[in-house]
Amino acid sequence: MFDIDRWNEIWNALAKNKVRSLLTAFGVFWGIFMLIVMAGAGNGLENGITEGIAKFAANSAFFWSEQTSEPYKGFKRGRYWHMDSEDLQYLKDNVPEIEYITPKNFTGRFGNSSNVIRDKKNGSFNVKGDYPDYVKIDPVTVLKGRWINDMDIRDKRKVCVIGEKVFESLFDPKEDPLGKYLKISGVYYQVVGLIRAETRININGRTEESISLPFTTMLQTYNMGNQVHFLAITAQKGIPVSVVEDKVKEFIKKRHSIAPTDLQALNSVNIEKEFKQMSGLFLGIQILTWIVGIGTLLAGVIGVSNIMLVIIKERTKEIGVQRAIGATPRTIIGQIMMESVVLTTIAGYVGLSMGVGLLELVNKIIESTAGQGGDRAFFAHPEVSLTVAVSALVVLIIAGLFAGMIPASRAIQIKPIDALREE
Amino acid sequence: MIQISNLHKSYVMGSNSLHVLKGLDLDIQEGEFVSIMGSSGSGKSTLLNILGILDDYDQGTYHLGGKLIQGLNETKAAMTRNEMIGFIFQSFNLISFKNAAENVALPLYYQKVSRKKRNLIALEYLDRLGLKEWAHHLPSELSGGQKQRVAIARALISQPQIILADEPTGALDSTTSFEVMDILKEINEQGKTVIIVTHEHDIAAMTKKIIRLKDGVIEEVIKNGDLQLFKDRVRTE
Repeated sequence: MFDIDRWNEIWNALAKNKVRSLLTAFGVFWGIFMLIVMAGAGNGLENGITEGIAKFAANSAFFWSEQTSEPYKGFKRGRYWHMDSEDLQYLKDNVPEIEYITPKNFTGRFGNSSNVIRDKKNGSFNVKGDYPDYVKIDPVTVLKGRWINDMDIRDKRKVCVIGEKVFESLFDPKEDPLGKYLKISGVYYQVVGLIRAETRININGRTEESISLPFTTMLQTYNMGNQVHFLAITAQKGIPVSVVEDKVKEFIKKRHSIAPTDLQALNSVNIEKEFKQMSGLFLGIQILTWIVGIGTLLAGVIGVSNIMLVIIKERTKEIGVQRAIGATPRTIIGQIMMESVVLTTIAGYVGLSMGVGLLELVNKIIESTAGQGGDRAFFAHPEVSLTVAVSALVVLIIAGLFAGMIPASRAIQIKPIDALREE
Repeated sequence: MIQISNLHKSYVMGSNSLHVLKGLDLDIQEGEFVSIMGSSGSGKSTLLNILGILDDYDQGTYHLGGKLIQGLNETKAAMTRNEMIGFIFQSFNLISFKNAAENVALPLYYQKVSRKKRNLIALEYLDRLGLKEWAHHLPSELSGGQKQRVAIARALISQPQIILADEPTGALDSTTSFEVMDILKEINEQGKTVIIVTHEHDIAAMTKKIIRLKDGVIEEVIKNGDLQLFKDRVRTE
């Protein structure tokens, strides 16, 4: 098998028609290259997205009120309503499956930002009223100072926690924002914390460009009474979020005299469901990658098989001579299979290396340009696992064997006498 | 060495069946130098192919070295060819990308002799045929006579008992033809059975026994003693 004469023969068969061998090899090269690049890109997308949301509590659901769509208990349809602070305790009492429940309010309503002034600088940012527990659902990194605490809530302190972008536009880069005051819609608040978002999930504006006030402070300062704009809930471990989601909806509708059949009045997002959909999407991408990759590879392998057939045809006489002087069918088959495997493996290996090289390059570029936190691209670490690479190589070698099989069986079907007669 | 009795062979071509060998009997002793002659269509190539185990036969028996050759599978046939028969072809049939020594060594490669050893033996055989300094030349760099001598060396290297030559001089000029025949004669004198197929009378006349085929049977066998007669007859023809 490792006789130099055999390699000599393989080399000669391939080198005899360099362009043809090269083009044939290119088919296989391209197949494996595509497979690797696509698998890598799929992984990159998956990594990018999952990294962006990985730290977000997957067992959470969010609720907000809309106009009612059905008349109920004497109320007409199209009624504006709000959840209120009492709902929190009511839900805690009635839905034991709830782990955390935190309200969140916004100045103005969704999408409206508030004017924020500091000395001569000003900007327009989203202002949110938050509870200390909210960071257990959507984690943040505290860069300086602290997050909102229970005392802030109890005493309705006029303090605020700012995002990175807010800091950048209102402060000098080397300035310490802690203890400084910001004027938000006419009221002064002391900055007690600077945060960076850990996830890329944005609720009413990016966390970077947001200012968080204690929830109770916001209610009082902006005359919100006991309104709750937005409710974030996580389910206890082991309980499907959809169970909690349904129960919360049921109780809130009951408490606010909304028709149980009204689908519009209380809107919600179930993150667990979204996650599941997302992983389904990734699975789909992976399957597609393999189908297309294997298809391309197959085309390449068929090309190899085809060219091997031509080579056999050209070498009919040579094979005849070899058989006349004692080459057994096994020797001939082995020879042709080896040629095929060598061709596919070399071409495939080059494709594999170049594919991995390209992914590596893209990864370098992404890493050097991407920002931090919520600023990261939706694409990270495009790479293929060792398993994928190894299985691709195994597929290649097997493919090479298959590619050689038809030509080899054709070669031994040629009777030595017929081969010799061919002039 | 070779015993053939009542050998039949036909080729089926579509709906036609061509009966080429029609009950041929042949006996060749060890150490004979035989030529098989006959016009085209007489079945001489078919006979040679059967002798060389390149082709199977339909009826009769063929014993080679006391062993019945019948219905061998390809692997066995290849091994028997490798061990017992040395082939020499009209068009030399050297492998174009192998140099002279590698070509000669090829039968030993199939016997799985190590590269070093088989190349050494190949050099020895090339030396015997006066081609030592051409050992590392490719066939394309050799003359016709040199190529045929390389082919002869290749036929000899596995030390077969029989050398089968199919028109060994067919592609050579007369001077070279005689040189090649001299070599074959020498090989025969060393004790090997040599069988050549030819249509050239003067080449056949250099062998010790001539078998003339006609229409699938042996028309006449001219033995050593009568050879002079044959030669005279050829001259007058």
